[in-house]
Amino acid sequence: MTEAQYGRAPGDNSSDPVEAWEPSGLLVYTIGLLLAVLLTTTSFWVANTSLLWAPGIALGLAVLAIAQMGVHLVFFLHITTGPDNTNNVLALAFGVLIVFLVIAGSLWIMADLNEMMPPAELMDLHMQH
Amino acid sequence: MNFLGKLSWDAVPLHEPIIMGTSAVVVLAIVFILGWIVIKGYLPYLWREWITSVDHKRIGVMYIVLALLMLLRGFADGIMMRSQQAVAAGGAQGYLPPEHFDQIFSAHGTIMIFFVAMPLVIGLMNFAVPLQLGVRDVAFPTLNSVSFWLTASGVLLTNISLAVGEFSKAGWVAYPPLSGLQFSPGVGVDYYLWALQISGIGTLLSGINFVTTILKMRAPGMGLMHMPVFCWTALASNLLIVAAFPVLTVTFAMLLLDRYLDFHFFTIDAGGNPMMYVNLFWVWGHPEVYILVLPAFGIYSEVSATFSGKPLFGYRSMVAATMTISILAYTVWLHHFFTMGASANINAFFGVMSMIIAVPTGVKIFNWLFTMYGGRVRFTVPVLWTIGFMVTFVLGGLTGVLLAVPPIDFQMHNSLFLVAHFHHVIIPGVVFGAFAGYHYWFPKAFGFTLDERWGRRSFWCWFIGFHLAFMPLYVVGLMGMTRRMQHYDNLDWQPWLMVAGIGAVVILAGIVCQVVQLVVSIRDREQNRDLTGDPWNGRTLEWSTASPPPAWNFAVLPYAAETDTFWNRKQRARGKRDERAQEREYDPIEMPKNSPTGFVTAFFAVVTGFALIWHIWWMAGLGAFGALVTFLVFAFRHEDEIEIPAEQIARFDRAHPVGVVI
Repeated sequence: MTEAQYGRAPGDNSSDPVEAWEPSGLLVYTIGLLLAVLLTTTSFWVANTSLLWAPGIALGLAVLAIAQMGVHLVFFLHITTGPDNTNNVLALAFGVLIVFLVIAGSLWIMADLNEMMPPAELMDLHMQH
Repeated sequence: MNFLGKLSWDAVPLHEPIIMGTSAVVVLAIVFILGWIVIKGYLPYLWREWITSVDHKRIGVMYIVLALLMLLRGFADGIMMRSQQAVAAGGAQGYLPPEHFDQIFSAHGTIMIFFVAMPLVIGLMNFAVPLQLGVRDVAFPTLNSVSFWLTASGVLLTNISLAVGEFSKAGWVAYPPLSGLQFSPGVGVDYYLWALQISGIGTLLSGINFVTTILKMRAPGMGLMHMPVFCWTALASNLLIVAAFPVLTVTFAMLLLDRYLDFHFFTIDAGGNPMMYVNLFWVWGHPEVYILVLPAFGIYSEVSATFSGKPLFGYRSMVAATMTISILAYTVWLHHFFTMGASANINAFFGVMSMIIAVPTGVKIFNWLFTMYGGRVRFTVPVLWTIGFMVTFVLGGLTGVLLAVPPIDFQMHNSLFLVAHFHHVIIPGVVFGAFAGYHYWFPKAFGFTLDERWGRRSFWCWFIGFHLAFMPLYVVGLMGMTRRMQHYDNLDWQPWLMVAGIGAVVILAGIVCQVVQLVVSIRDREQNRDLTGDPWNGRTLEWSTASPPPAWNFAVLPYAAETDTFWNRKQRARGKRDERAQEREYDPIEMPKNSPTGFVTAFFAVVTGFALIWHIWWMAGLGAFGALVTFLVFAFRHEDEIEIPAEQIARFDRAHPVGVVI
């Protein structure tokens, strides 16, 4: 009972027949490559086209970039929602969380320090050589 | 361009009697020991069984030997500072000139954190984690050896700086602009940076290795919630290593670019910002605190459960507290620089987070207390360290909560109050824990127990010496004494600093007791043999195999689908010898083959590091090329495993019968 609750231990064999089926490696990589190429060409097209509303282009590129990350994670790094992938998903979540904390925290702190900085005429640090 | 870069005979400080005397003693000692090894013919043994070993137990032992040697160096720096400050008041200048004193406090901090605390913790994890998980080695055994030898490279570079050139004078944190080229033109900061870059890569590799080992290589049946708490804390600590050490590496790389290639990340001149260094340093620095202390918490958990004869109180809350700490560790770093000028909102946020992170730590303290409550506690040396830790650490933690209040921090920052605080948490938190683990697992590593009487003496000397040495620092800190002072004029401080100096001498007595303990224990090893493999009536899997364990750890991998598997089996067997041991069937075991890769890589790392410090570019290229070739040779190896025949395993098992078979 506790097994199901906390995930499988190494050495325990899966009894779930659904997990046993896996698409062939070549197919997965091909789909991934096609999607990645598609997203890349789309972003080049988005950046150069005049058909789109100009201020939306940056947002569109960001969306495409995030989709690209998703494609890489799913098709190349094989992050899935399957039970044998819990470790990878958790590791990814942990990584994303830490990167978010570090970057957001640093930006927040450094921007605030910048705001609190006295104007240049009061700060004579350049002269103190 | 000079053939030897900046290196010349002027680099050797011949006019400094203290440095030259120490260097001469160290060099003579090394020559003597090497000569003794060669003459006695131990060199092939040492090479075969230790230097090229990829056995996690051997690597763990080497980490701890390295850490204990560096503890002597770091402590020597510490007692020099204490004695200097005890005398250098008013008109007296003491015996250490300012430029030497600055190197001493920088070296003390750097060595104690990176080359004492880290190797102690990583060494104990190396030794104990695979045994507790019931597996035969870590996930990447050769990488483990590379990690160790890279750490040793950093140690070597730091110690070379004693005799050749100088060490950093910019403190163990090396903040720019002081650590920049303009204010530190010498090689000191370069020694600091390259030593820590090289050993930092070793640490990062260890972190990856252990996360993989713990998540992927547990004994059959062992779910995550069946792991001993030490493995949980090791997992948390290594996750923190994997997330935090790259930040340090990148920060140091940016400072190196500033120093070597005229970049301006941290100089004000060309639009850089030294505050960014401080920010990034502590993004690594605060998780580092928990990287060190969490495994020690794991050791206290193992020790309090084992010696109380009870299961750990609140296993799940312990796991939850550990994992909570490892996330919250990334939300408090600004409390190391409250006074840098952030607005009140930011300071308040990080102050509140710093107080919140004390809560899971408090949960742990109560868990240990309730584990002992109602138990039949055996007051062995590891238990003394544990109780000493709890009593001391709670107070040290409380001064930390005080410092987490920004207005109080504005009064206390950079004073000896702060110095007293962080020694008050790191010494009981990490060092006492490592000593408890050292005493606890020593019989597992070497097959005989350590002498209890000298262990108790050592504990009391450390405990009393610690309080004598650091409580006065709180007082002088409140009186306004700043840290890192080579000399001071306020004579009111002097009596307190003299008491602190006496405290350092008492700690020295504790260290001497530990050396005597080791000598006495080796002398009396025949009386103190651990023949059962289970000297403490233990609970976890490492006690279910022989002491010392064979290279393969477990002849048959244990099935462990519950916590405290070994303890429960013993209860069911009720003291009777398990007959199944006689009819066991053995299969041949594949074990990783020894490899000189780690040692050779480290050799080239030292060459490269030394060359970069002294700007000897051709040598740096040669070293890097050598390291690359070593990697390629390893990558193209044909076989990396040897098979141990079943007969050999059966013979070992018959010669070393254990109580119960799992």
